[in-house]
Amino acid sequence: MFFKQRTPYLYLALPLLMMAIFFFMPFFMALGISAMDYGENLYAPKFTGLANYLALWHSGSFWQSLGNTFFFLFGVVPAMVCLPILLAIALNTDLKGISIFRSVIYLPVIISVVVVGITWKWLYQKDGILNYGFTLFGLEAPEALKSGWLLNPDVAIYAVMLVIVWKGLAYYMMMYLAHLQSLSRELYESADLDGAGWLERHWHVTLPHLRPTMVMVAIISTIGCLKIFAEIYVLTKGGPVGTTRTLVYFIYQRAFENLDLGIASAAGIVLMTILLVLSLIQLKYTGFGQTAENTKTLSLQEATQ
Amino acid sequence: MMTSLKKTGVYALLIMLCLLAVGPFLWLLSTALKSSDENIFSAIPQLLPQTPTLDNFAEVLKKIPMLRYVANSLIVTGLTVVLNLVFSVLAAYPLARMRFFGQKAMILTVLATMMIPFQVIMVPLYLIVLKMGLVDSNPDLFGPVANGWLGLVLPFAISGFGIFFVQQALVSLPKELEECAMLDGCNSFQILTRVLLPLIGPTLATLAVFTFMSAWGEFLWPSIVQSEPDQFLLPLGLIQLQGTFSANWRLIAAGTILSMLPILAFFLLLQRYFVSGSLGGSVKG
Repeated sequence: MFFKQRTPYLYLALPLLMMAIFFFMPFFMALGISAMDYGENLYAPKFTGLANYLALWHSGSFWQSLGNTFFFLFGVVPAMVCLPILLAIALNTDLKGISIFRSVIYLPVIISVVVVGITWKWLYQKDGILNYGFTLFGLEAPEALKSGWLLNPDVAIYAVMLVIVWKGLAYYMMMYLAHLQSLSRELYESADLDGAGWLERHWHVTLPHLRPTMVMVAIISTIGCLKIFAEIYVLTKGGPVGTTRTLVYFIYQRAFENLDLGIASAAGIVLMTILLVLSLIQLKYTGFGQTAENTKTLSLQEATQ
Repeated sequence: MMTSLKKTGVYALLIMLCLLAVGPFLWLLSTALKSSDENIFSAIPQLLPQTPTLDNFAEVLKKIPMLRYVANSLIVTGLTVVLNLVFSVLAAYPLARMRFFGQKAMILTVLATMMIPFQVIMVPLYLIVLKMGLVDSNPDLFGPVANGWLGLVLPFAISGFGIFFVQQALVSLPKELEECAMLDGCNSFQILTRVLLPLIGPTLATLAVFTFMSAWGEFLWPSIVQSEPDQFLLPLGLIQLQGTFSANWRLIAAGTILSMLPILAFFLLLQRYFVSGSLGGSVKG
């Protein structure tokens, strides 16, 4: 309208070139690499068609990783949806100094994953403070935890989940809090007049108000959970005996430890398909009109990881 | 009104929650402050160091180039933030304020990049960066240091999210702004820098803070491309620290605490952007 015909393209040229090199080229290369065999010669891969996908199908560690990934989802996502609501309710007051409390509780979100991982590794040691905690109550640490929480194949995955939830809680709490603050006080007051107790007033007033946010949090934390890497690298390196190895970690190991680029890329495509399916479910759930808003929040989540 | 008893209860609860959030860090700090005569593995752990000392910090600084890591991280993160702002604005401006052929397709393209998980493209991305010579093991081109930095920064220099975030802010400004500026004889670049950008300052600040946070904590990509210990970024340096002091948790703790200081300072200074950013996605306006 106001501008010369070529003006918009001048602005877009450089960003588009960057995107082409660092997003689209690698994406299409990934599709190609997933059809190549790097096993014999890293520098002269051979075309193998779908053989890598077939190899994944027959790979025990792939299925174990996929299983672990979904186990993480089922453990982490419900916690991320529910617990922050309680946290938000607790922080939704106008008491003096509340902003300081909010900032302090937000700390685990801003501290980098590697630091958080090292911090918890210290707590989880076999003679660490968590095991000592049991003796405070006159108990002895359970046999499974005595050698260190991260070294027991039955316990390690829960220990990793705990760290992930602990780091993420305050992030989702802020989302809930924003919506709680837009909830009018009158609703609570009328609930109080009706003689509602703490549980009733939140069950009938707070939760219905937060439902859309809960859907949002479920989606965001699902996608975030699928991409977990650094926590596992620092805490367990996928062990013991592969019990905490996720799909993302599997891809990393195959690509950069075994140099099996073909298999790694094939697993990457599987990961993307899972994400895509989950996103389509999201579209169906929330409707296309809201996707713009959702994508914005989604990528904010990405930015904080 | 709340009774004072209830108030006390709420404060007690809040303090407990804060302890849960910072307790692990405090325990790490306590470990870092303990002198080597003190048994940090004792059956009954001492919550507070008996004779607090800064020796561990001094020793870490002597044995590991922590300050170097911090400087590397600051440079790489700073470059990532600046380039992200520049590219986001460059791409968002025409998408938000102009009409042209292919606009819709372009917006969809930007959104599509957000759907590609990094783990899918990391292998080919590594091959591309290697081919371009942008790794710290390549002494040619711009020299190993600059090569390493570029290889770390460029893949994260542009993001679909950043473009989208700025575009949303630009779209909401009134059309009359450009019309007035045009009458005053501004060209399109002057309209952008003198009229539009000053109006979306908070958006740019929020984007900067978020980019800073994610780049500062980024671990996967540096762990793939970096090979020269001197060039390590902080997260990789911390992993290195664990390897060097394998079981000396006093030193590991001291190094980890040191590494937290820059981001803590940053958080204290720009707190409201951290929080407004996380609220921005969920609340309109």
